[in-house]
Amino acid sequence: MTSKNKWLSTPYVLWSVMFIIIPLCMIFYYGLTDKTGSFTLENITAIATAEHAKALWLSLLLSLVSTVICFLLAYPLAMILSNMKVNQHSFIILIFILPMWMNFLLRTLAWQTLLEKSGVINSVLNFLHLPNINIINTPYAIILGMVYNFLPFMVLPLYNVLSKIDENVLNASRDLGANSIHTFFRIILPLSIPGIISGITMVFVPALTTFVISTLLGGSKILLIGNVIEQEFTQASNWHLGSGLSIVLMIFIILNMIASAVFDKEGEGSML
Amino acid sequence: MKKRNKIAALTILALSLPIALTGCGSSQGGDNGQVIVYNWGEYIDPDTIEMFEEETGIKVVYDEFETNEIMYPKVESGAASYDVVCPSDYMISKMIANDMLAPLNFDNIPNARKNIGAQYFEQSQSFDPDNLYSIPYCWGTVGILYNKTMVEEPITSWAQLWDEKYADNILMQDSVRDAFMVAEKMNGFSMNTLDSAELETAKNSLIEQKPLVQAYVIDQVRDKMIGGEAAIGVIYSGEAIYTQRENPDLEYVVPEEGTNVWIDSWVILKDAPNKENAEKFIDFMCRDDIALMNFEYITYSTPNDAARALIEDESIKNSNIAFPDLSQYQNLETYVYLGEDGDSLYNALWKEVKSN
Repeated sequence: MTSKNKWLSTPYVLWSVMFIIIPLCMIFYYGLTDKTGSFTLENITAIATAEHAKALWLSLLLSLVSTVICFLLAYPLAMILSNMKVNQHSFIILIFILPMWMNFLLRTLAWQTLLEKSGVINSVLNFLHLPNINIINTPYAIILGMVYNFLPFMVLPLYNVLSKIDENVLNASRDLGANSIHTFFRIILPLSIPGIISGITMVFVPALTTFVISTLLGGSKILLIGNVIEQEFTQASNWHLGSGLSIVLMIFIILNMIASAVFDKEGEGSML
Repeated sequence: MKKRNKIAALTILALSLPIALTGCGSSQGGDNGQVIVYNWGEYIDPDTIEMFEEETGIKVVYDEFETNEIMYPKVESGAASYDVVCPSDYMISKMIANDMLAPLNFDNIPNARKNIGAQYFEQSQSFDPDNLYSIPYCWGTVGILYNKTMVEEPITSWAQLWDEKYADNILMQDSVRDAFMVAEKMNGFSMNTLDSAELETAKNSLIEQKPLVQAYVIDQVRDKMIGGEAAIGVIYSGEAIYTQRENPDLEYVVPEEGTNVWIDSWVILKDAPNKENAEKFIDFMCRDDIALMNFEYITYSTPNDAARALIEDESIKNSNIAFPDLSQYQNLETYVYLGEDGDSLYNALWKEVKSN
């Protein structure tokens, strides 16, 4: 960027200072002080207490499972999409993006109504004399909610890298005698790693930090680390502990980001 | 102690956000300034606000909260300068203790003493000892709502919330004080106990109960009970009349071990920018016809005796749910503020229950 165009970035610098840097500094200030304002590491080490460690472990587990499911669902779909003609695939992508026009909370509430004991799905199953599904207020419902909400974030980066793979590379692979399984594992999969990493980040991070999905679909019975933090702010009014635990959570997110940076050096795996 | 349908609230929120954004920063109040009110969600008949604006020329800026605990930090930080707030008993004593409230001038709020029953002011003395800061707006009990078609015998006791027969059919309140109140009363303790052995017992009871609980909910208990999603739910008495209207199979009971009698009262903040308008607003809310409109809209028991006298439907006027004679129950208590240490002790124990 030439120097005379630098002023163009002023709004973004202001924006990031006001809404990213300053809030981040406040989180660190609160997280590293106690109620009297003196320095302490207690809010950070509090993660080791049984309740917090369990909540963190459960969050990691559930978001990992959701990420894996999202990946397994999204990869074949992205491959199918990338092989389609332009007018077909843009329609399918539209269908995937369409629900995102609706508020995320409303969609999660809708799942609650669908899954309830006397909810829509079970009414239909009853009508057909099929056994009921009782997953509401269990970790399974939370995983379902995570997969449902975050699947598009996995599909789009995967589709993006897969559609960019040059057809000639695949033809060359076949010319040289590789069968389709070989082509997939030796050519397509390695070339799509940036998209995979990006997709994993886009799903894993929001799943790890969510508290809405676990409250609505878990009946508040399952405490994830996001819920613990939320309740420290809203119920216990202990902003110091809430901030301290947020810092711990940030460490996990940064680890994930480092992994992305290592694998995705060229930055190819960005969204559309 | 009141909130209505979260789904409705969210829908309105989603729909109104763009309007709210475009509406920002327009007017600075009516001809006679403004009053900023912070009340429980859906805890007022919106028509009464319009009537107040028309009669007084004071613009009402109205904001809502979901729990006392969410309200408190917002008011304390001073980020939003409210005039009138409607907290519950124990939260009022916390606010008095932290010097956040302005003493009221009852001369400017004549309807308060005229219309509101003296017994409610007397009851308020448990958290506002000299009746200086608060004017009762709504009151009620916490009890059990049950579906007559889904239980085998009448529900009369908190202990039945521990009955394995009703596994996955029980809804508990998702708030610290209410959840612990149930366990404490079931064990025969005070709901304001700070005794560590008693609290340990109560905590263990809640942990023992957790596998039987279908969900911990706040406002959704209403919709779930109406929809027959659960057999038994812990609920505020004010919701009982509404739910019974929607589903006649539901029955409300005050458990024999005793329960919480709560009062939500109007208070004026010490730093209120519009104190005079705040007094006018509270006075207006204490008017008999306005209190009646609010009662009919929200169905929470009104302490306004003059308004109760105006109720035409005799079955509501003498309803044991809306206007119970409290002397028939034993071991009734009102929450008191437990102090900062007490609060964090309860919160820590509740976290143990939730993470178990």
